[in-house]
Amino acid sequence: MKPGDDKPDPDALLRIAAREGRGKLKLFLGAAPGVGKTYEMLAQAAGRRKAGIDVVVGVVETHGRAETEAMTRGLETIPRAAITYQGRTLAEMDLDAILARHPGLVLVDELAHSNVPGSRHPKRYQDVEELLAAGIDVYSTVNIQHLESLNDVVASFTHVRVRETVPDSVLEAAEIEVVDIPPDELIERLKDGKVYIPDEAARALNHFFSKSNLSALRELALRRAAQAVDAQMLDYVREHALAGTWAGTERIVVAINELPGAELLVRTAKRISDALRAPWTAVHIETPRARHFGETEQRRIAAAFNLASQLGGLVATVPAVSVFHGLSAFAIEARATQLIIGKSSRSRWFELRHRSVVDRLVRETSGMAVHVLPLADEMLPKVRRGIARAEPGAWRAYLATLMMVAAVTVVATELFHILALGNVALLYLLPVMLAASLFGRWPGVFAGLASSLAYNFFFLPPVGTFSVSNPENVVTLLVLLGVAFVTSHFAARARTQADLAGSSARQNAAIAGFARQLTTARTDEELMQAICAEVARLFDVRTALLTPSSAGPVLRAAYPPEDRLATIEMAAAQWTLDKGQPAGRGSDTLTASDWLFHPLRATDRTMAALGVARDDGRNPIRSDQLQLLMSLIDQASLVLDRMQIENEMRDVAELRERDRLRAALLSSVSHDLRTPLTAIRAAVDGMRRAPTPALLDEIATETARLNRFVANLLDMARVEAGALRLTLQAIDLTDAVAGALHDTQQILAGREVRIELPADLPMVRVDPQLFHHVLINLLDNAGRYGDPGTPITVTAQRDGMGLTLSVLDEGAGLPPGQEQAVFETFHRLEGSDRSKAGAGLGLAIVKGFADAMGIGVEAANRVAPGGARFGLRFGEGLIVRPLDEKAFA
Amino acid sequence: MTIPALILVVDDEPPIRRLLRGALERAGYAVIEAGSAKEAMALLAARDPAVVLLDLGLPDRDGIELIPLIRKRSSATILIVSARDATEEKVAALDLGAADYVTKPFDTEELLARVRAALRHRLTADGGQTVLTAGGVTIDLLGHRVTRDGEAVHLTPKEFVALAELARFPGRVITHQQLLRAVWPNDHERHVEYLRVLIRGIRQKLEADPARPSLVVNELGIGYRLIGSA
Repeated sequence: MKPGDDKPDPDALLRIAAREGRGKLKLFLGAAPGVGKTYEMLAQAAGRRKAGIDVVVGVVETHGRAETEAMTRGLETIPRAAITYQGRTLAEMDLDAILARHPGLVLVDELAHSNVPGSRHPKRYQDVEELLAAGIDVYSTVNIQHLESLNDVVASFTHVRVRETVPDSVLEAAEIEVVDIPPDELIERLKDGKVYIPDEAARALNHFFSKSNLSALRELALRRAAQAVDAQMLDYVREHALAGTWAGTERIVVAINELPGAELLVRTAKRISDALRAPWTAVHIETPRARHFGETEQRRIAAAFNLASQLGGLVATVPAVSVFHGLSAFAIEARATQLIIGKSSRSRWFELRHRSVVDRLVRETSGMAVHVLPLADEMLPKVRRGIARAEPGAWRAYLATLMMVAAVTVVATELFHILALGNVALLYLLPVMLAASLFGRWPGVFAGLASSLAYNFFFLPPVGTFSVSNPENVVTLLVLLGVAFVTSHFAARARTQADLAGSSARQNAAIAGFARQLTTARTDEELMQAICAEVARLFDVRTALLTPSSAGPVLRAAYPPEDRLATIEMAAAQWTLDKGQPAGRGSDTLTASDWLFHPLRATDRTMAALGVARDDGRNPIRSDQLQLLMSLIDQASLVLDRMQIENEMRDVAELRERDRLRAALLSSVSHDLRTPLTAIRAAVDGMRRAPTPALLDEIATETARLNRFVANLLDMARVEAGALRLTLQAIDLTDAVAGALHDTQQILAGREVRIELPADLPMVRVDPQLFHHVLINLLDNAGRYGDPGTPITVTAQRDGMGLTLSVLDEGAGLPPGQEQAVFETFHRLEGSDRSKAGAGLGLAIVKGFADAMGIGVEAANRVAPGGARFGLRFGEGLIVRPLDEKAFA
Repeated sequence: MTIPALILVVDDEPPIRRLLRGALERAGYAVIEAGSAKEAMALLAARDPAVVLLDLGLPDRDGIELIPLIRKRSSATILIVSARDATEEKVAALDLGAADYVTKPFDTEELLARVRAALRHRLTADGGQTVLTAGGVTIDLLGHRVTRDGEAVHLTPKEFVALAELARFPGRVITHQQLLRAVWPNDHERHVEYLRVLIRGIRQKLEADPARPSLVVNELGIGYRLIGSA
């Protein structure tokens, strides 16, 4: 083991240590009076009591309710202390009585209660603090409006100011259980008179218990509880970027765009959010224009999203026909109070036509502060914008449009004798609408132009020319053209929206499916394999996942499975792991690699690099898919981070258990080494005065015991290190037993050992050395716990399923129910004489070695005569088959 | 024996050397001591001891490496006396030419018995003993005869070969490989279990209590030893 290899984070241990010895606080948090906090607390307390915990009632306000009163009856109640204040005698919780009584768990209702002046602490939560410090667990109740940081918020919409508050820190250190009932039900209970209303609240009753207030309070309670739970978990591991409490009113939305300043917007949002202690969301409005973004733009958006999620913000993509529409709708839905946008760099011409998004937002949204960030000129792209590239296969759309116009012309010619000239114009609207809705705006406009030309040429007199003689027909022609333009505009817009909605729905489905797949993983390996498989499936690429190590990136999972990556790919992965930046094909670094690596990041480290590659060597991820990939990677990072945190926590727990065992071992070892040493020393002293054979025997026996004990310590170290190397060999049990007897003759001096092994016992395949130690420990154990002077018996039975070798002693036997427990490390039979030293190691070694060799161990009591039987069970697989007779001829 | 046999004790721990010297001198041997491999090799050349008691954990050199060197320069019988108790280590030492292996902490009587066995072998090798008795059993190596309490015992040819191999070096551990080579010279694939079956057969015929063998005893994971006296 290298030093520092498995040491836990010292800070984490310190925090755990600080919490150790302190009582635990469990808070029953409610949205409003009457949700049933006290009831729930009592119900759980009853359960704890049943589980054997010493539960007492410190103070419980039953408000005269029979149900609640009945529940306190089963519990011991500490009588309240009488305190005289201004001539009146009031009853308060008797803190000193509880401390003196020192129960395992005390129930303290109404955490926010203010004590009568003259009490030790002005506030009840301070009493609770003292109880916790004394190592007593506390159950308590509190309503969300009593929380200090939310006091103003609650008052602002309930118009009831609560004077009794509890600091947020109390909540943060507590286990929280939200007692929640739907607002309708609460109002129902209120009407039935089941809720006790304090006088001051009764005045504002109608207002306070309105459904909208209750809903808001309920949301606050649930959010706050969730936040506290998260905070506790994060605190456990390390500082997190998303620190601080959330005030509840402010919500920030930042609109990010494809321009170079997007990350600046995100950082600004983070700063404002920190200042306001508000949650924030980065949103990108995906307009039809976004479909024509090049790779650079897509990458910028993805980078901004990435940054936002790293800094603790939420991210969202909203498809909409225009930035204004999408953003205002999203901001309203998210109930944003602060909106941050970059100053648009649109041309004057564009702004005249569309009016600036900023202007419209400021003018048309209310109750929202709009922050406009000027983006410096040099940040802006120098060239082109907004010119839609022709979609692939566009010429086909125009050809089809032309054919539709031609078809209408043919039909109209056929029907010309029954149609009025104006109705022919109507017929031409058909190809316009079809083209616009099928192929988009420009084919629609093209259809309009083609239709009006055809109409003019074939039907308007003079037929066969593009001139128009009748002014009335000029109007018809213009109307046709106008209708064509407008129709195509709307049809195209409807189609775009449908497209966007469709692609967004697909993306959301992909993300949801991804998350579902990841949550089924139970180990790191499974999770990494799931990430690889899912990304490979969604993008139709090959994937690989690598984690850092001191020896470079390690390939942990791949889909389809892969054993190793080429040097250049490893270099790219290394770069990604080192810098937390993408590397490989399609990135800025090591582009010669066939693979593109993206980092999976936690707040403080890069956990892994996800590589993607395509067999045909193209860029692995299309630019329009980059955002989806980023979302998936973010999600994967979160899950992976969480899993690693959980693993860490488990490791710490295991470590503590190991430390505990080690401490137990040390104390046990020093005792067990000193006992024989003391005996030897005493014998030596005795020899100096008068040498006797008895003293010599004593020395020999104790020396043998010491030797045995040291051997056991070494063996145990081997078992615990998991470093048992087996050399399996066929052995004759007769030899094994004889060998063990030879090595225990000094320990078993004066004891008869009966060996009852059948002559035809088959041989077994074991590690001779380990098996020797197993037998020695069993014999030693029998010698130690069997009554002096009684024989020890070794027997073996062959049966259809294998073979059992038993060591039997005569004595008190094992305490009933402890038959298996005796094999645990450091287990020593309760009440057994301490002078029978042995650290309880012997049987643990028996089990450890036997397990390693595949031998079963059993312990049972004998019926007559009384005593213990320890059995070694060899399955058929360990038994050596009869050998070829010819070999012995 | 008129001239006491000379024994070289190689160990870096003075208390152990003192202990061994005391025990060996009481048994009538002459003792010289070395605290390192270098000293040992010098004494080996200068004094030509009959037996070397060799500790494996020496300060300047691993004792295992020393075995072939001693074998090359001297006819001394090598007995390993070491705290190392891994089976592989023992087998390696025996294969390299050590005659026996005693694990620390040792039983002094047992150690002296092994020394006696080693010296006896030197006599046998020098052209002595062909008949061996142990308890009620007599083994005549040249006459291919084995008797128990005066009555002839019938052993199969392979059983006799194995017993003879053990009897050639009475008191010394013979490794599984040595025995397997002797009994099945043309079959290198034989496993230890064949040997175990063979030994069991011998015990059934020769041991007073086959469940507690006292003639042919097992040496854990290494081989067998014939307990007997010439």
